[in-house]
Amino acid sequence: MSAEAAISWTLTRATARRVLAQLRHDPRTIVMMLAVPSVLMILLRYTLNNPLALNRFAPVYIGVFPFVIMFIVAAITTQRERARGTLERLMAMPLGKLDLLAGYGIAFGLVACVQVTVVLIISLTWLGVSLPGSAVPMAVIAVLDAVLGMSLGLFASAFARSEFQAVQFMPAFVLPQALLCGLVVARADMTPVLRWLSDVLPLSYAVDAMQRISTSASWTTAIGADIAIILAFTAAALVGGALTLRRRTR
Amino acid sequence: MTGADPVVEARGLVVRRSGHVILDDLTFTIAGGQVTGLLGPSGCGKTTLMRTLVGVQEITAGQVTLLGRQAGHPRLRDRIGYSTQDPAVYPDLTLTENLRYFGTVLGLKRDKLTGAIAKTVRDLDLGGLEDRLVGTFSGGQLARVGLAVALLGAPDLLVLDEPTVGLDPVLRHDLWAMFHRLADAGTTLLVSSHVMDEAARCDYLLFMRDGRFLAEATPAAILQETGAADLEAAFLRLAGGPREEREERAERAEPEERAEKAAKR
Repeated sequence: MSAEAAISWTLTRATARRVLAQLRHDPRTIVMMLAVPSVLMILLRYTLNNPLALNRFAPVYIGVFPFVIMFIVAAITTQRERARGTLERLMAMPLGKLDLLAGYGIAFGLVACVQVTVVLIISLTWLGVSLPGSAVPMAVIAVLDAVLGMSLGLFASAFARSEFQAVQFMPAFVLPQALLCGLVVARADMTPVLRWLSDVLPLSYAVDAMQRISTSASWTTAIGADIAIILAFTAAALVGGALTLRRRTR
Repeated sequence: MTGADPVVEARGLVVRRSGHVILDDLTFTIAGGQVTGLLGPSGCGKTTLMRTLVGVQEITAGQVTLLGRQAGHPRLRDRIGYSTQDPAVYPDLTLTENLRYFGTVLGLKRDKLTGAIAKTVRDLDLGGLEDRLVGTFSGGQLARVGLAVALLGAPDLLVLDEPTVGLDPVLRHDLWAMFHRLADAGTTLLVSSHVMDEAARCDYLLFMRDGRFLAEATPAAILQETGAADLEAAFLRLAGGPREEREERAERAEPEERAEKAAKR
């Protein structure tokens, strides 16, 4: 296990580069990853057509859209790695499981940075969303949300036997969280059971942090607590991903 | 690595998967610096045996040692080259990007990496394809990319699962010549095939059927022992003749065999 626990920067970086190179050869996917959250925001702006409502909802969606997209992309990518046999090849080679997962994390994290930057710029300029303070803390939280979605997707893909199943994890894992995270009904207004469910689901904290940062000009301890929980969920999902990634199969 | 030392040693190897016995109590050695052929019909357990050797298959019982270490030991991971029946490379990367990534994972750096890539590209006749996406390659080219990744780290032991399937005869001939060049230089090769005309090209043969070995010997010894004209006839003879005859015998033998197996447990 000690050999497994060590993480190699060279191999992590090589994996991140490889994942980004794969994306680079697939321009359509890049365009979709970068454009879809922004297009959805534009749609939201014109469906609400009300600056006050937009200011309330937009920050939440800036956190949720990248979360959802990263979840699917990560789940499918790892599922493909399994189906093509490249995962088995890598597991027979001197690559640590954490090297692989961290490599994915860095590559998709960088994509999330660009994705969030684009959607924030469009929201704050063209769509006229206004923030009480700087956009940077919001950008940081949105990227963390996206990375959380990615690590949950990596973890979920361990339970998918086919790409078809992996795609369906989106409605199975993500939509319940979307219903319970305070997007539809405020978490405080839920019945105790639903409230309790909402409390143990990661997206609730991602949305909570976005809501808080959109109404507060400065950093608060509540935001700090949300971020700590988001990071803990991310780490747990990555470790869970490493544990479910088997070097040997039965 | 001298030719005398066994590079692989297995004792009482059993692999069972969801109730089925895939490898049935195998005990064998593979000598260093030779090309050993693993021959048998598809579904007989060749791939499972190879996966066991490279450490990605869980063992139900028995012991497997490679290069002095237990199968699956982390230190073995850059000393064994493995190619699967599927090419197991990234179709959405170019040839160079694939080789560069796998080479880095194997611990190659800078000049060594560039040199190893150039050499395998040359050896496998993939020149001119370096900057093309692997997804656009033909079946034969893809098979060679998979092989290239296995050869990249100049491993001590090469485990190649049906490496010549779908290749044209000229290329097949060249590959076998390369296998023997590698063996002469001290590399140990285990090559599986279900095509019997490849058996004659091996230094040593493991004939496999239903998870067991029918024979382990040199091609010449197998021919002599069976009195068959060629290795395909020898395999058929060892497998017990045509199907009807076999089934008849199996029916008669079954109660006995079952009792034997029960006693073993």
